Amino acid sequence: MSQATLSSGRVRYRLAPWARIAGLAVCALLTLGPVVWTVSTSLRTPAEAFDLPPQLVPSNPSTEAYRGVFDQIDVWLLALNSTLVTGLIAVGQMITAGLAGYAFARLEFRFKKPLFGLVLATMMVPLQVTIVPVFLVLKSMSLTDTLLGLIIPAFPTAFGTFLMRQYFLGMPKDLGEAAMLDGAGPWRTFRSVYAPLAAPGLAIVGVLAFNYHWNEFFRPLILETSGQNYTLPLGLVSLQGNLGTGSISVVLAGVVLSMLPAVAVFVVGQRPLREGITSAGVNR
Amino acid sequence: MTNTQTPPARAARPEAAPAPTRKRPPARDRGSRLLATLFLAPTIVGIVVFTVVPIVGSVVLSLFHWNVIDSPGYAGLSNYGEVFGDSTVLVSFRNTLVFMVFAVALQLLIALALALTINGRMPVWLRSVFRSAFFFPLVLSAASISVVMKYLFNQDFGVVNWLLGFVGIAPVPWLTSENAAMATVVLVYVWQQFGFSFLLFIGGLNNIPKEIHEAAALDGATGLRKHLTVTLPLLSPTLLVASVVGIINALQVFEQPYVLTNGGPGDSTRTVVMVIYETAFEQLRFGEASAVGVLLFALIMAVTALQFRLSRRFVHYQ
Repeated sequence: MSQATLSSGRVRYRLAPWARIAGLAVCALLTLGPVVWTVSTSLRTPAEAFDLPPQLVPSNPSTEAYRGVFDQIDVWLLALNSTLVTGLIAVGQMITAGLAGYAFARLEFRFKKPLFGLVLATMMVPLQVTIVPVFLVLKSMSLTDTLLGLIIPAFPTAFGTFLMRQYFLGMPKDLGEAAMLDGAGPWRTFRSVYAPLAAPGLAIVGVLAFNYHWNEFFRPLILETSGQNYTLPLGLVSLQGNLGTGSISVVLAGVVLSMLPAVAVFVVGQRPLREGITSAGVNR
Repeated sequence: MTNTQTPPARAARPEAAPAPTRKRPPARDRGSRLLATLFLAPTIVGIVVFTVVPIVGSVVLSLFHWNVIDSPGYAGLSNYGEVFGDSTVLVSFRNTLVFMVFAVALQLLIALALALTINGRMPVWLRSVFRSAFFFPLVLSAASISVVMKYLFNQDFGVVNWLLGFVGIAPVPWLTSENAAMATVVLVYVWQQFGFSFLLFIGGLNNIPKEIHEAAALDGATGLRKHLTVTLPLLSPTLLVASVVGIINALQVFEQPYVLTNGGPGDSTRTVVMVIYETAFEQLRFGEASAVGVLLFALIMAVTALQFRLSRRFVHYQ
C-alpha cells in the first residue's frame, strides 16, 4: 500500500474533522434540545413556565408541577396498568418468539416453508388495517376495555419470530447433533443446549417489545374507554386536555414521568435495542 | 464448554455423511413434530386469529353497512363508492402521500448524511455520544413527544418562534395555518424517526469491507466522489430496506397529527389512519372504515411492490 497516496488523501481531509464534529454536535443539540427543555420546564413553577428566554437551569426549581400531576391523574394506577401490559407482552413475546423461532430454525415438520412465509407476510400488514375486525373479535370475547384485550393480541410477534429464527440459525448445528448422539430427545436438546444460548436474542425481543408497547397509543386509545384502564400515554394526552394551555409545566412533568422507564430501558437496553433495529436492515 | 463439545461432533460428521438414507428413529421424528406443533401453536394461532382472519374480515366488512347496534346489511361496493365520493377521505389520502414523500425523503437524507459523517475519524467516546443522541428520540412515545412539540411550535409563546426571532424571522403559525401545519407534522415525525434509518445505515456501512474503500482510495477516489461511486451502491440494499420500512411506517402516521393538530386546520393534516379511527370509533361506520382500511392496505402493497420493482435496477448485492 503506497504511503504517499493514503497520506495525501488524509491531507485533503485535514480541515474537515472540526467542521464535521461541529456539525454533528449541532444536530445532537437539535435532537436532544426538546427533551432538555421538557425536563427543565417541568421543574419550573407553573407561573414561570411560559418564561422566554427559557431558563435551562430553573432559577428556583420546584416540584410543584409534579405534585400537580399526581393531583390531576392517578399516576400510580396508570403506571401500574402500563407496567402490567408492557411487562406481560414483553415476557409473552419472548416465549412465543423463542419457541416459534426455534421450531422454524431447527425442527422438521410439514408445511414449514408456507407457515414461515405466512409469518413473514404478516409483518407487512399494518395494525390500522385490521383494527376494526380485531376490535370486533375482542368484543365477542368481552375483552374490549380490559387490559387483557391489549395484551393477548400482542403475544404473537412476526418480527420477533423472524429475529429468533435468525438467531438460532446462527448457532452451530454440531451442538444439537452432539446432544442427540448422547441420547437427548428434541425437547432436551432445546431445553439444555439451545435455550440457554438464546438469552441475548431473547433480550433483544424483550427490549424491543417493551419500548414499543410502553409507548403505544393507537390500540389503547381504541380499546380502553374507561379511565381506570388507561395506560400512561393515554392519561397524558387527557391530562393535556384537562388543562388546556393552563399550565405547561404540569403537562411536561407528566411527560417526564412517563418517559422515565423508556429512558431507563434506553440506558440499560441500548445495545439490544440497537442490535434489534440494525438487524432489521442487515438480515433480510 | 463449547470447546470440549465441538470436536467430537465434527468428527462424527464424516461417519454419518456416507449413509444419508439411514432412517432416523421414528420416535424421535415424531417427538420433533409434536414439539414443533407445540412450539408454533401460540404464534400461528395468534397470527391467524389477530391478523389473517381480520384481513379477510376487513374485506368482508367493507361490503356491509354496520354500526354494531343494528344488524349488518349487505351493501355491495357502495361503501367504496361513498368513500371515493367523500372529499375528506380523498384529501386524507392526498395528505398521507404528501406526508410520506417528504417525511421519508427528509428522514433518509438526514440519516444518510449523519451516518456518513459519524463514520469518519473521531474519538470512540464521541462517536458513541453522537450515536446515542440521534437514536434517543426513538425510545420516546410519539404521543408524548407530540404534546411537547405542541408547546415548542406554539405561535405566540413557543421556543421555536422565539429562536427564529433572533434571525429576524416573524412568528410562523406552525400549527394553525393550513400551509405550515403539514410541514410541522413532517418535522416532528422526522425528528423522532430519523434515528431508525440512521441505525440501519450505520449497520450497512459497517458491513462494507474496508478493502473496497482502500482500493478506491488507491485509485484516487476521495470525498464526495468516493461516496457516490463506491459507498452508495454498496449501501443500496440497506437503502432499500430503510425506504421500504420508512414508507410503510409513514403511510400509517397517526399520533403526531392526532395530538398536534387533530387533523386541522380544516382537513389539512388529516391522514388516512385518522379517518379510519374517526369513521369507525367516533361515527360507528364500521363498513366504510373497513373500506378505507382495505384501500390503505392496497396502497401500501402497491407502493412496496413498485419499490421492489424499481430497486432491481438500482440495488447491488455484493
